[in-house]
Amino acid sequence: MRILVAVKQVPDTATQVKVSADPRVIDTTGITWIISPYDEFAVEEALRIKEKRGQGEVVAVSLGPERVKEALRACLAMGCDRAIHLNDPAWSDADTLVTAKALAAVVRQEAPQLLLCGRQAIDDDMGAVAAQLAELLGWPCAYWVMEEAIDADTKTVRAARQVEGGLEVFDLPLPAVLTAQKGLNEPRYPTLRGIMGAKKKEIRDVKAADLGWAPEPPQLSVVTLEALPPRPPGRIIQGDVPTAVKELVRSLREEAKAI
Amino acid sequence: MTAGIFSDEHAMLRKSIRVFVEKEVAPHVRAWEDAGQIPRTFWRRLGALGFLGLEFPTEYGGGGGDFLSSVVLGEEMARCRSGGVAFSVLVHTDMSSPWLTRFGTDAQKRKYLPRIISGESVCALAITEPGTGSDMAALATRAERRSDDYVLTGSKMFITNGVYGDLYFVAARTGPGSPERRHDGLSMFLVERGLPGFTVSRKLDKMGMRASDTAELAFVECPVPAANLLGTEGRGFQQLAEGLQRERLMAAVLALSGAAQALEDTIAYLRERTAFGEPLAARQALRHRVADLATELEAARQLVYRAATLYAAGEECVTEVSMAKLFATEVANHVAYDAVQMHGGYGYMREFPVEGFFRDVRLWTIASGTSEVMREIITKRLL
Repeated sequence: MRILVAVKQVPDTATQVKVSADPRVIDTTGITWIISPYDEFAVEEALRIKEKRGQGEVVAVSLGPERVKEALRACLAMGCDRAIHLNDPAWSDADTLVTAKALAAVVRQEAPQLLLCGRQAIDDDMGAVAAQLAELLGWPCAYWVMEEAIDADTKTVRAARQVEGGLEVFDLPLPAVLTAQKGLNEPRYPTLRGIMGAKKKEIRDVKAADLGWAPEPPQLSVVTLEALPPRPPGRIIQGDVPTAVKELVRSLREEAKAI
Repeated sequence: MTAGIFSDEHAMLRKSIRVFVEKEVAPHVRAWEDAGQIPRTFWRRLGALGFLGLEFPTEYGGGGGDFLSSVVLGEEMARCRSGGVAFSVLVHTDMSSPWLTRFGTDAQKRKYLPRIISGESVCALAITEPGTGSDMAALATRAERRSDDYVLTGSKMFITNGVYGDLYFVAARTGPGSPERRHDGLSMFLVERGLPGFTVSRKLDKMGMRASDTAELAFVECPVPAANLLGTEGRGFQQLAEGLQRERLMAAVLALSGAAQALEDTIAYLRERTAFGEPLAARQALRHRVADLATELEAARQLVYRAATLYAAGEECVTEVSMAKLFATEVANHVAYDAVQMHGGYGYMREFPVEGFFRDVRLWTIASGTSEVMREIITKRLL
């Protein structure tokens, strides 16, 4: 069974993101890039499905500039068999729908039985591409998946998705789209062997023309990015306890409107 | 930062180990420091991830990596803020077991390497004795050949991983040296825990490196199978001298990377702590001190990288390694002193990691060849 995993490269969670001189984009100097953590769960799950079944192929795919190769190589080091890089300036201002359309074109070429994504990327938190892909492909889709099990004859997948207070369980006919929630698994660390092995695996560059891509303006574009206003400093309420408590309750009610 | 000597693959390995250290090591080091012991499960986990066999040949289950992979391991392990944890791991991977791949027979490698790589057998190096440290030729532990065994008698001191270890790389005298060639007649042995006559006399109580266990060992008529002679009988000193270059480089790497972490912790503290109405980070006396320390660290790092590059290329590098070990470990101690000073009262408190680093790093101008021995080696080649 072939599984496609769509991953996005995002700034490391520890990065202090700054708005650049062009206020529509962030300043990328000095940023460490990682695979978006939910996407990493998706990669891990794909590898586990393959390992459990003892056969199959896991293909990682990502859209983005040249630096994205590093994320794809990390997928290969974890154990993916090959990778596809949608790497073309035509997609430099892609919104989620353009991204989904480009990925859908690759999915049609690759014809996997399962498409795994993270539940959302941790940079813009849109969480839209997987749903848009499912819609474009006409495939069923389950978000926030905590458990999955594919039946023996690869016809359906049982997916348990996180809902308030429990799990909601669906049987989806394959091919299907699943998005990974934290808790689905614990991703592996690439080992040195995996890293060395990744050097020999293929990362195929795909240009817009390879997909018969007609240029398409994004429907969403960023107008401006603004940094959060600095948090106001904390206040220590002085005085004896009864008075201080009264003041605390008053300010929680009237100023913070917390109670 | 690391552009120059490290490849993309090293960078990926570094990321792997860094995430592992953040997630699975750093949260536990305080408990391990207090216990004076690293749990077995941790060794197995390291083994399962392939971190204990980075450089070992793939046919024995190793990663087939190069020396710089081990440098990456040392640098990232030292970031866990416990010198003892990093030290224990690197004693296993770099300061003992490489002698097996370098000098072992195929049978020895097949028997021991898979367990070393999996973390089932923890390794220790036993050279130093109660009466002999720097002067290796004066070793008093004897190994007498009796039919199929070498019978060991003597004691070993300051042996890291010695209390809970499984496989000991032991140096002993198999024959007399001559007055002009005192170093002749030493040999190395692979000694397994549990052999009759081999006991841990005591667990030593140390200033720092408290998560790593340190032992005094006793051998009383301990029969070691002749098949466990490592390398050539009588050539132990030469074999040891060769491996010591790796050990010294690793000592420098661990000391420096720990110091880099301590400096980062100090910078974070200076930003946070206020005095006289402004963060400490605004005070020029401290700012300039940080600049000096960062500069010293970078100079030391380049010296270590230079020596590591020569070593990795298999070139003659005794002078460079000795210089790197000397300079890096002294700089690391200087950083520790100033890091505590800049933390003020908190730097003296156990809850702040610089306190632990200050105690841990003190070892590094002593272990793996003292600063005085390093100076002697360097001068011998100059004068």
